[in-house]
Amino acid sequence: MYIDPTITMESEAYWQAANEGKLLVKRCGDCGQVHFFPRAICPECFSSNTEWQEASGKGRIYSYSVTRRAEVPYAIAYVTLEEGVTMLSNIVEADLNALAVDMPVEVVFGKTRNGQALPLFRPVEAST
Amino acid sequence: MSRSAKAYIAGIYEHPTRKAVDKTVPMLHAEVARGALADAGLTKDDVDGFFCDGSVPGLGGMVLAEYMGLNLKYTDCTETGGSSYIIHVGHAMEAIAAGKCNVALITLAGRPRAEGLQALGARARGEDSPERGFEVPYGPMVTNLYAMAAMRHMHEYGTTSEQLAWVKVAASHHAQHNEHAMLRDVVTVEDVVNSPMISDPLHRLDCCVISDGGGALVVVSPEIAKTLGDRCVKVLGQGAGVKHLNGGRFDLTYTGAAISGAIAFDEAGLTPADMDYASIYDSFTITVLETLEDLGFCEKGQGGAFVSDGNLISGVGKLPFNTDGGGLCNNHPANRGSMTKVIEAVRQLRGEAHPKVQVPDCQLALAHGTGGQISQRTGAATLIMGVNDA
Repeated sequence: MYIDPTITMESEAYWQAANEGKLLVKRCGDCGQVHFFPRAICPECFSSNTEWQEASGKGRIYSYSVTRRAEVPYAIAYVTLEEGVTMLSNIVEADLNALAVDMPVEVVFGKTRNGQALPLFRPVEAST
Repeated sequence: MSRSAKAYIAGIYEHPTRKAVDKTVPMLHAEVARGALADAGLTKDDVDGFFCDGSVPGLGGMVLAEYMGLNLKYTDCTETGGSSYIIHVGHAMEAIAAGKCNVALITLAGRPRAEGLQALGARARGEDSPERGFEVPYGPMVTNLYAMAAMRHMHEYGTTSEQLAWVKVAASHHAQHNEHAMLRDVVTVEDVVNSPMISDPLHRLDCCVISDGGGALVVVSPEIAKTLGDRCVKVLGQGAGVKHLNGGRFDLTYTGAAISGAIAFDEAGLTPADMDYASIYDSFTITVLETLEDLGFCEKGQGGAFVSDGNLISGVGKLPFNTDGGGLCNNHPANRGSMTKVIEAVRQLRGEAHPKVQVPDCQLALAHGTGGQISQRTGAATLIMGVNDA
């Protein structure tokens, strides 16, 4: 089971959206840059004019590692979203021995111990 | 020639313990302080500046100053994880040059083996840190974070597990001569790649040890160094830098050494080719490989070829590194590696390393520290030192 995230007033909307099956990123209304993890103040230009934007949920594995020594081995990964930002996550619903850098993945939502939805990623078929 | 130096390292001490079940953390700090001051030929009463990291017991350095009975007019508690002590040397040099203090004591101590990893985890990560919610649920560990850097480096540059293994092989060749080292057996590339996979692509022997212990440095003004003799080592250049995930746009194939190294070499007026010896923080084999590239010892992406075939072994290769066995074989006090990196570099410059690993006529040396995790946010620090008449 996944550990619950620490939720703050800055991240509340992100986690609420996850419960509705949406992955959000923050976009700056002034400079236009998307950033991750989401902040109230844009790390590119320091503007407070940041807005939530729903991500497509599609991306590629930037890097990953299967933690073999865990009780149940798991794949941690950095996933680069179509929106251009890279986020930490886990790869699930996959053969952990067949993962690869650049593999296309899509968001799915797992549940934490307390039932919070958590963005995870699974490989997508090349044909779809 | 005689280069000018704003400060000198006059005293060093590495605690011999590797598991401190019978000592408190303040005791370890006091023992390494006493050792480094004795090594310098100074006393506790000579100290007027004290530097420590943010993991010490008590608020900043004040409680330790009280515990050790130090009378201070300068203190600094810069916390960049395992690179803190190299930043402290730089800050001590600047404070000395500004006339704020004359004898700076820097200490590190910890007992993660005696206390267990649980205590360390809780202390290491602030509950209010803003990235926490976006990382902790996914199970980030030191091993899998460094593993992701290795995986990406392999993808982009074709680096292999066998090449990474050479870093450990070199460390083990040095550690066989260190009576205090935790792992003294010489290992082969095959031993490393056949050791159990911890987190792909890092094997058990790609990982450093966990140990208790600590170390201390004494940094002094040029005037005081003159009274202490030839064992003082010149601080010629120092640089620091912070690299982080940059709002989600980052490259895991380089480290903060790309920032700190350039500053340190520029200040020293030297280049990587001038270095006779290098101490490189070796939390994992990949840490060394990326750091060597970033410091300019080879081209980006060529680290695998550079470390291969014994190139880091003293007496064999072109760049002798971590001749005490480093974190991969010797020790890793408090899970923070740059203190011992400076100490072994000073030994080399003094000609006091073990005879089997001493670099002949070692004139110029580098020590580099990496704090935090290279796949997240790191503090990097580079120090360039020279012999007294360098």
